[in-house]
Amino acid sequence: MKKFIIPVVAGMIITLTIDAQSQYKAGDVAADFSLKNVKGDMVSLSSFEDAKGFVVAFWCNTCPVVKKYEQRLIDLHKEFAPKGYPVIAINSNDKGVSPGDSYEGMVNLVKDKKYQFEYLYDESQEVARKYGPTNTPHIYLLSKKGGKLIVEYVGAIDNNSDDPRAADKRYVADAVKSLLDGEKVAVAGTRAVGCSIKWRKV
Amino acid sequence: MKIYKHILTMLLFSTMITVSVATVYGQGIERIRTPELEKILRNPDDRLFVVNFWATWCGPCVRELPHFEKLSKEYQGKKVTFILVSLDFPSEIDKKLIPFLKKNEIDLAVFVMMDLDYDTWIGKVDEGWQGNLPATLVFNNTRSIRQFLPGEVDESTLRDMIRKNI
Repeated sequence: MKKFIIPVVAGMIITLTIDAQSQYKAGDVAADFSLKNVKGDMVSLSSFEDAKGFVVAFWCNTCPVVKKYEQRLIDLHKEFAPKGYPVIAINSNDKGVSPGDSYEGMVNLVKDKKYQFEYLYDESQEVARKYGPTNTPHIYLLSKKGGKLIVEYVGAIDNNSDDPRAADKRYVADAVKSLLDGEKVAVAGTRAVGCSIKWRKV
Repeated sequence: MKIYKHILTMLLFSTMITVSVATVYGQGIERIRTPELEKILRNPDDRLFVVNFWATWCGPCVRELPHFEKLSKEYQGKKVTFILVSLDFPSEIDKKLIPFLKKNEIDLAVFVMMDLDYDTWIGKVDEGWQGNLPATLVFNNTRSIRQFLPGEVDESTLRDMIRKNI
């Protein structure tokens, strides 16, 4: 009996590991969540009644690639929140692994950089486990369809992390524009280079 | 083949420099784009290539870098070639990457990927790679060996991987 149980348990562990790494892709239905913002209030996507969708950005306080994209995320919110697609940034990094990614760090960052969008704390990492980002920044563009949140795009903000002026494929902006025009999103997914999500050590 | 010659030259060059002056680490870096990366990945020589994708801004990458340095010395003269491919921002090569290589006395061959249109080439390294760093590809095209290790590796895993495939 013991001989049988061990492989089964091992198999379960492997399956769980793979599950944790799988991620939403275009066409999937995304789960809503309830996370604390920097003011201490709980925020859900369902509370944005007028939104047509969301630019969900897995984000953090410390990653140099996030820093490179910071102004671009601020600009995306400025451009598309009034049109129904606000940015929702989420920090899922474990502060034990990455101390700079603490809640206090988030509060200070929002104050310093004057984020106009919600920046939420995924302390349990449950949202990251569901969505499956591999790194920060990692974008999930969602649209509301028939009362559901549909994943429209997963990946990078654009195709030049170093220099926004050199980017000639603005994946997220183009995808939101397509949705606003009632068109299909042309590029549904890209690979995004960034800092790996700092998972809690078990 | 040309690239391989480059690597050999670079290795010889860096060895010579190491002997004479210890302060010129980082001088031998080579800026590459997708075609050069593909040449490296398609190298037909019957030897094991250990290609590590990293950046100075990536904490886990910096943590695992000494394993590659150490193992390259351990396997000196054997049929293994270690290559570092840096994804540092091109605008920070002089300011961050080169000083880092000097400070940490990295004498492995370092290529800097200048092609930031990641989505066009990340999948060529490994279909399953999402772009998170670090990532290591171990291959010998002659023997159809190809192992992809996403994430941070520890020294013993890396050593086992080399020992099994060399």
